[in-house]
Amino acid sequence: MGWIFILSLIVALGLVYRPLGDHMYRCYSGAKHTAVERGVYRLLGVRPDTEQRWGGYARALLAFSVVSVLFVYGMQRLQDKLLLSLGFDAVPDHIAWNTAISFVTNTNWQAYSGESTMGHLTQMAALAVQNFVSASAGMAVAIALVRGFARRGSDTIGNFWVDLVRGTLRILLPIAFVGALVLVAGGVVQNFTGPHSVETLVGGTQNLTGGPVAGQEVIKELGTNGGGFYNTNSAHPFENATAWTNWFEIFLILLIPICLTRTFGRMVGQVRQGHAILAVMSTLAIASVVLTNVFELAGDATVPQAVGAAMEGKDVRFGVANSATFAAATTLTSTGAVNSFHDSYTPFGGMMTLVNMMLGEVAPGGVGAGLYGMLILAVITVFVAGLMVGRTPEYLGKKIGAREIKLASLYFLVTPLLVLTGTAVAMGNAEGVKAMLNDGPHGFSEILYAFTSASNNNGSAFGGVTVNTPWYDVALGLCMVLGRFLPIIFVLALAGSLAAQKPVPESAGTLPTHRPQFVGLVVGVTVVLVALTFLPALALGPIAEGLL
Amino acid sequence: MRNAWIRPHLAALRAVAVMTVLLGLVYPLVTTGVAQALFHGKANGSLIEKDGRTVGSALVGQSFEGHREYFQSRPSAAGDGYDMLSTAASNLGPEDVLDTPDRPSLLTQVCARSRAVGELEGVSGARPYCTGDGVGAVLKVFPDRAVSVNQACPARPFTDTYEGLTVECAEPGEDYAAGRTVPVRGDVRAVVPADAVTASGSGLDPHISVAYAELQAPRVAAERGLDLAGVRALIERHTTGRALGFMGEPAVNVLELNLALDTRP
Repeated sequence: MGWIFILSLIVALGLVYRPLGDHMYRCYSGAKHTAVERGVYRLLGVRPDTEQRWGGYARALLAFSVVSVLFVYGMQRLQDKLLLSLGFDAVPDHIAWNTAISFVTNTNWQAYSGESTMGHLTQMAALAVQNFVSASAGMAVAIALVRGFARRGSDTIGNFWVDLVRGTLRILLPIAFVGALVLVAGGVVQNFTGPHSVETLVGGTQNLTGGPVAGQEVIKELGTNGGGFYNTNSAHPFENATAWTNWFEIFLILLIPICLTRTFGRMVGQVRQGHAILAVMSTLAIASVVLTNVFELAGDATVPQAVGAAMEGKDVRFGVANSATFAAATTLTSTGAVNSFHDSYTPFGGMMTLVNMMLGEVAPGGVGAGLYGMLILAVITVFVAGLMVGRTPEYLGKKIGAREIKLASLYFLVTPLLVLTGTAVAMGNAEGVKAMLNDGPHGFSEILYAFTSASNNNGSAFGGVTVNTPWYDVALGLCMVLGRFLPIIFVLALAGSLAAQKPVPESAGTLPTHRPQFVGLVVGVTVVLVALTFLPALALGPIAEGLL
Repeated sequence: MRNAWIRPHLAALRAVAVMTVLLGLVYPLVTTGVAQALFHGKANGSLIEKDGRTVGSALVGQSFEGHREYFQSRPSAAGDGYDMLSTAASNLGPEDVLDTPDRPSLLTQVCARSRAVGELEGVSGARPYCTGDGVGAVLKVFPDRAVSVNQACPARPFTDTYEGLTVECAEPGEDYAAGRTVPVRGDVRAVVPADAVTASGSGLDPHISVAYAELQAPRVAAERGLDLAGVRALIERHTTGRALGFMGEPAVNVLELNLALDTRP
């Protein structure tokens, strides 16, 4: 049954691939503004028809992110003085800072427990807003890079404000609204009540919680954000009520990252180039989903063997297989929502979630971030292939010269640097080590997972780790900021230098980038790069745990 | 140059304000309005009433611990169990097999639950990797001896010898970290189902497996003086199959089942 579940997701994504991909293409390429959009631009004081160079585009994105961080921080610090606080105090400074960074960077790492920390207004007006706009910003960066490939001799790459507003209003908001109602139909709550106690059947007390959950849940998945309304995230029945809402949430997670490859193909004028990128993503994703299912169903570790199934940390309505599929989807993208707890997964099942993030979240990756990450890998691949045959590499008619490959390499180096240094520093001091819940290799995995998740802007956790301490809030906050914005700056710089180039005509020596050969090469390069970078760290954690 | 840095920040300030009003206020309010109009019951948490008062939600599990006349829910790591204000999973790893003075290992928790369920239902609570007294069957092996580390003296070790070495009980306070950890499987088969001995992800799991419900049926029937076939029919009526035949797993809603038992004439 678990296999039909996976197959049905593939079929459903195949059905919406063209319509949504084409819709996004029109959204980012059209010259017309709607009346609402014109009103918004007037309020913002920006001229929508003036395009920006890459530097201006980057400054606008960074400015928007800085103001967003300050706003989200402020809302949390003033929470007790605002409406709908449910009586909660202001959020402590280090947690508020970490959370603000976390939601603005599309990470949605949670150093807090939703139901006991955040009031309804903070959830919907600070956190959920970032769920939309951080996703839209990620898509904008991807589109800017694609324009770099598509344009000839242009010194501009688009207008950030237009991309931000269109992505939000034309793509995310309509899907979110319909999706929210679908989730409510399944049982996900949408109200404004606070906790109210009821007497249970046997005379105990239970505090039923409420909240505008469905509206936040849907964008949490659609925007590959992952920050749960409640502490147990998508395992919580009020966030993920049934087996079919679980299917729907996985579908939402994969929807935009997959369909953006179509948008890419349309924008560069060769749909088959989009198919090649999609093929790379699918190969990696399907392999990962299948392996995660196999490892979890086999349950090869002492406790799952004693239990008879890897059911610790999983809910009955989802079962082992559908939980494993969710876990793979959430880490293959930058989502980080969880419907089961990765800390209790089998050593190799848990390792798959780590490896998915270490791939750089490119299969299919976060909204926007997945596409630009994968295009960087494609650039690195044509460079490697060019070295083999001794020709100047080119991709989509653009020369990959010294400047381009430097930017691509810098992009790739950021996250390993953050993950490995961060983990090493944490393991090297008492503050870092005492956060472990489990000991031995599994405790190391918890720390490695935390830094991998933060640096890749995923946000899921080996949840046993205690990270609401000032040390972790600061360290992981830094990883999230650098892991998000350094790559974005490199991508936009690359977009600028590609857009300025005139395309070179195809020659006999040009490596065709739409054939299976190229797909295989990119998959190979991705796996080799990741294995070389992270295998030693994995050997100390999940591999040691699984083999010893 | 100054302008190039200041102007985007002014636009950003306005953008955050506009987006907050639109996505942070208008969107959730409209969504709530429509959801309340179309799916009133579900938008409010699928509440269940009995005799005119709310007793819980159909989606959220409750604890029935200590009430033999009711079907029991799964173990829960949310607060003291099924606490919606502190939802949580155990987050303990798959090789968490050594008890410490701070907490029992996940393996021992599983073994202890299995034993307790076995006693409650009058079946064998034995499991692989568990001792008869309900802790993890784990040895620390040294060159000259082996210690059953989860069995504090004067408990009798679950096995007398291991590969020719004498197995001792664990002296409280002694450090066995240097030994090699060897969980011992044994040759028993578990009768108590997997979901009965594990904590869920949400800590609020409203369901149990069909197997666990079937295991509990004879006890509930006996406590209530009902015939077993009737109780089994009730289980079947409150079992949700896989959605569309392939999503998720068949599951029995414990609160609804127990309510149905109460309202049975």
